[in-house]
Amino acid sequence: MKDQEYSQIIEPSKGWHLIDVKELWRYKDLLYFLVVRGIKGKYAQSILGIGWAVIQPLVQTLVFTVIFGTLAKLDSDGVPYILFSFAAMVPWNYFSSILTESSNALIANKDMLSKVYFPRLVLPLASVFSKLIDFGISFIVMIGLFIYYGFVPSINVIYFPVLLIILIMTSLGVGMILSAMAIQYRDVQYAMGFMVRILMYSVPVVYSINIIPQKWVYVYALNPMVGVIEGMRAAFLGTKAMPWDLISIGAAVSLILFIFGAFYFRKMENTLADIA
Amino acid sequence: MSDTVVKVENVSKRYRIGVQEKSDTFAGQLKNVITYPVRNFRRIAQLKKFDNENDPSVFWALQDINFEVKQGEVLGIIGRNGAGKSTLLKVLSRITEPTTGSIKIKGRVSSLLEVGTGFHPELTGRDNVYMNGTILGMTKKEIDKKFDEIVDFSGVEQHIDTPVKFYSSGMKVRLGFSVAAHLEPEILIIDEVLAVGDFEFQKRCLGKMDSVAKSGRTVLFVSHNMSAVKSLCTKGIVLDKGKVALDGNTNNAIDYYLQSNQYDGYVGHYVNETVGESGFVSVALLDKDNAIRTEFGFDEPVALKIKVKVAELHLKAHLGFRVIDRNERIIFTSEIKLKDEINEAGVYQFEVKLPEKFLAPNKFKLTFAIHHPNVEVIEFLEECLSFEIVETGSDFHIYGGADYGCVIIDSNYILTR
Repeated sequence: MKDQEYSQIIEPSKGWHLIDVKELWRYKDLLYFLVVRGIKGKYAQSILGIGWAVIQPLVQTLVFTVIFGTLAKLDSDGVPYILFSFAAMVPWNYFSSILTESSNALIANKDMLSKVYFPRLVLPLASVFSKLIDFGISFIVMIGLFIYYGFVPSINVIYFPVLLIILIMTSLGVGMILSAMAIQYRDVQYAMGFMVRILMYSVPVVYSINIIPQKWVYVYALNPMVGVIEGMRAAFLGTKAMPWDLISIGAAVSLILFIFGAFYFRKMENTLADIA
Repeated sequence: MSDTVVKVENVSKRYRIGVQEKSDTFAGQLKNVITYPVRNFRRIAQLKKFDNENDPSVFWALQDINFEVKQGEVLGIIGRNGAGKSTLLKVLSRITEPTTGSIKIKGRVSSLLEVGTGFHPELTGRDNVYMNGTILGMTKKEIDKKFDEIVDFSGVEQHIDTPVKFYSSGMKVRLGFSVAAHLEPEILIIDEVLAVGDFEFQKRCLGKMDSVAKSGRTVLFVSHNMSAVKSLCTKGIVLDKGKVALDGNTNNAIDYYLQSNQYDGYVGHYVNETVGESGFVSVALLDKDNAIRTEFGFDEPVALKIKVKVAELHLKAHLGFRVIDRNERIIFTSEIKLKDEINEAGVYQFEVKLPEKFLAPNKFKLTFAIHHPNVEVIEFLEECLSFEIVETGSDFHIYGGADYGCVIIDSNYILTR
């Protein structure tokens, strides 16, 4: 019989491959239920349930406002410190939760990996998407704070979708890399647990970008989150023009991360069950 | 046009196994501790690299596997633990990829290596049906359509909106199996998931398997349960040490498996080194081809070869043996009066045939004695042989595991009204 009559050929893979988008699409329902499972499972049997998504960033911001705003009197570009830091906290919290979630995504499901085939990519994708709910909630809280302080965002909010795309693309890229790496080197998982707290100081969440020496700013902006956070501030607080230079540097790095992540994950995918 | 739907060609699979490094000097140990992260990194990085051909930590779980499955065949894959059955299943179901070779498949495949994969304890039965179903490759629409049927089959309707963490383990298994039973693949790959749940449910599972097999779909079935293999499969392959040892019809495969699967725990041949002027020289268990064996199918005869040395003095002795089951129950005792058979001293060999379809599947031990009844025991070999009768399709196989007695007899009855 001719080979093309077979619908599927299982062979050892060689080299680098693109992600099989068609197959991923066939498993979209699985992705949907994994996202649902992630959300429902997380808040099951808790009194406040999804309320925790409100409380956590709010309390965090209040603490920062007291310590960095009121006591240390850090510069906040002339807006109330709580708004200044919350606008940064919204994307940063999302990104940092991706860092920890995705380094767990495959490990936590390794029983599944060794029992049934499905495109492994749905696992890190599910953590990226289920965290979007938390992101959405803290975004709404941010709008609430704006209303409370009677603050009207600038016209630049129309650029928010661009920032959101960079944010999600970065998260996906990093998520794919970390999840696949963590299954071989569990160190990734342990390191991410505390690294996220330290990494927060590598982006302008609690302080203003103004304290970075001018000649280092573009190096600083290699971290895609810098462009996203500064973009958020420009769009919502309107204290400055949109920092397109920082955003484009970040977008380029983000794209590289995403493409590398996709290839790397695909390469690791076939051996995941053996080394999990 | 051939109707081969699964074609496995030269498939091999390599794994890396651990090799212990240890130093016997203190300095050596200290060095080991310091270089630990470096060696660890090398070891973990090497999990996926196989450069050195003679590496002792490389293990071939499958070697050069070739077979074909045709449309509608039910293939039983048997082999002892570690023969590579699970690895083969994982390669066939794309969980792990082969190191060499290729597998060509025609049609939609579902593989069932576990029931209830992906169940989340905090989610309700309903949510988990969708979760598990989509993991197994169904779409939401397909599950919507079959949802009532699935719940009905599982028998947990009342608790479908309860988190599964409150389910008993039996309920979880039933729900998981129910989802799996409603998959409609063209090719089904199934592991020994039948050995779960209570008796009532097992019967239902076997029934479902049977109807899948009879509906003309292709099934690849891995099992230890010879009676299930015998009743369901149309073809069998035996794996041994990662290779295909036999590829043929089901009965040949089962025979081969039983012959080759001579488990260390049983003794099929005993030579009495200390035989006196009268006594046993050797005793052995033989199959129908006169080969020594310790595992017999239910439908095979078991022969006892008893070699005795008889002195002039003991020509009127009795030669006896006794079959004991693993619960130390005596099944029966049988005797041969030597005076009926021989009249001079010498070495004699008796071959006693235990009929097939008589001893119920179980583990047995044999005790031999030569004695003058109520006077003198000349020699007594206590439990010197052991063997197993394997379930290969007695009428009672559906009660697998239950104690229904030690022997099976056909009831002779007269019907009147």
